[in-house]
Amino acid sequence: MIVKNKPGLFQRFYLLEALAGLKITISKIFKKKVTIQYPEERREYSDRYRGMHYIKSVNGVENCTACMLCPTVCPAECIHIEAGERDDKEKYPVKFEIDSLRCCFCGMCEEACPKDAIKLSNIYEMSQTTREAYDKEYLMEQRGHK
Amino acid sequence: METILSTLNGLWASNANLITTAVMAVVVAVSLLQVVPLMVWLERRGSAVMQKRHGPNRLGPLGLFQGIADGIKAVFKEDNPPAHVHKFFYRLAPVVCLIPAYMTFAVIPFASSITIGGHTINFQVADLNVGFLYIFSIASLGVYGIIMAGWSSNNKYSLLGSLRSSAQMISYELSLGLSVIGILMIFSSVKLGDIVRQQGELLVQLGPIAIPKWGFFVQPLGFLIFLVSAYAETNRLPFDLPEGESEIVAGYHLEYGSMHFALFMMAEYINMTVAAALTVTLFFGGWQMLPGLPQLHQLIIEQFQLVALAGDGLRVLFEFGSFAAKTAFFLWLFVWVRWSLPRFRYDQLMDLGWRVMLPLSLVNIFVTGILIYYKVV
Repeated sequence: MIVKNKPGLFQRFYLLEALAGLKITISKIFKKKVTIQYPEERREYSDRYRGMHYIKSVNGVENCTACMLCPTVCPAECIHIEAGERDDKEKYPVKFEIDSLRCCFCGMCEEACPKDAIKLSNIYEMSQTTREAYDKEYLMEQRGHK
Repeated sequence: METILSTLNGLWASNANLITTAVMAVVVAVSLLQVVPLMVWLERRGSAVMQKRHGPNRLGPLGLFQGIADGIKAVFKEDNPPAHVHKFFYRLAPVVCLIPAYMTFAVIPFASSITIGGHTINFQVADLNVGFLYIFSIASLGVYGIIMAGWSSNNKYSLLGSLRSSAQMISYELSLGLSVIGILMIFSSVKLGDIVRQQGELLVQLGPIAIPKWGFFVQPLGFLIFLVSAYAETNRLPFDLPEGESEIVAGYHLEYGSMHFALFMMAEYINMTVAAALTVTLFFGGWQMLPGLPQLHQLIIEQFQLVALAGDGLRVLFEFGSFAAKTAFFLWLFVWVRWSLPRFRYDQLMDLGWRVMLPLSLVNIFVTGILIYYKVV
């Protein structure tokens, strides 16, 4: 529906309306700024924020048993695992890589994992100056607070 | 040493006019250049605070050096004119825009005179007897630069922008010229120095408040028309149709980059400064001191027993300060209006120019004539 506002006499006399507009803008000058000055100030994110991945480890041994549930459930197909066998016949991932450019940070790997191994931390600054992949050593760094 | 001093003295005595004018021309030109980065900063910070943002605040105190950084960036950027432009006029256009903007400031007085060694120095680069007519005639040359830019860019949006600009200039130059006729009738002079001097006189005394004969008080309608027309002449919002980002991309300077674009920006800001200074000179008493300052000046002279020259120097400083403060206010008004009001539609702009501003300015002249005939003002 088209609403037609017929301007009154004062509205048609543009100058007074212009002065009203000037009053509005000048009143904003000493208001609190909404900008977050990024490197110094940071936005508070929720604890459920899904950021950079890591593999949870206990005493330096990863929880992962290379069960392949996460690459199966991953909609972006960005997790690549090569399974191997430890001396005590336990299955473990020889290679564990995440293609972070393909990852859509849906968190389904975290949901699927029965061993609580792959986790998403709340780190959101993921740009790098080198071309290193998100390989196993990188992911084993315990970043998250969860 | 003696001979050098006496030679210098002789030089001063014989060429005082030339020397002071040359020095003043250089000082004015250089300080006018300093207005540009300051205005860029003011524009960006001003728009930011009105939108609850911070604006550039990293470089220097309060981000004041941002304009210098922008300038350096513009100089070192690659100058790469598109293949389809007419190279000669493309390169000439920004200069043609900038030079008239610079020239117009020459006749604006920024303080009263001071006498040094028997020689009176007027704080005005050139006291021409055509006064503000000079400003109007030179300022309208600036539109040639815009048309050149639009035509030589060989781009439909640029051409539309420059066409709009020329139409707008013609429409509003009429009311701009007519709005100051009232001032001309009251002060019977076109020389800006005379006009400012006469504005120091008393108009009415309302109890303790003395209202000076400022152009604003004798020509309120003339001031309004002048201000609106000045906004249209400098292509500022709400009349920035030549640029009209949402309609014609960027208008006449669409094909420009690096320092060529920066020259257009400089021309715009210097035009704004001249418009603000002219508004102050014609309607707000120019270098006449702001209320309270004459008393303060008197007080300081009595307190410190200042001799003639020191007192005069202080007076010039106060007058220049008053002029700068008033001009700064009108520059701020330019920024304030820009970030408050939306752009006019093109037909509304023409409607306002021809059917509102022009009759109003004629009425203003008529009423002023009647008032002068009956000796009211």
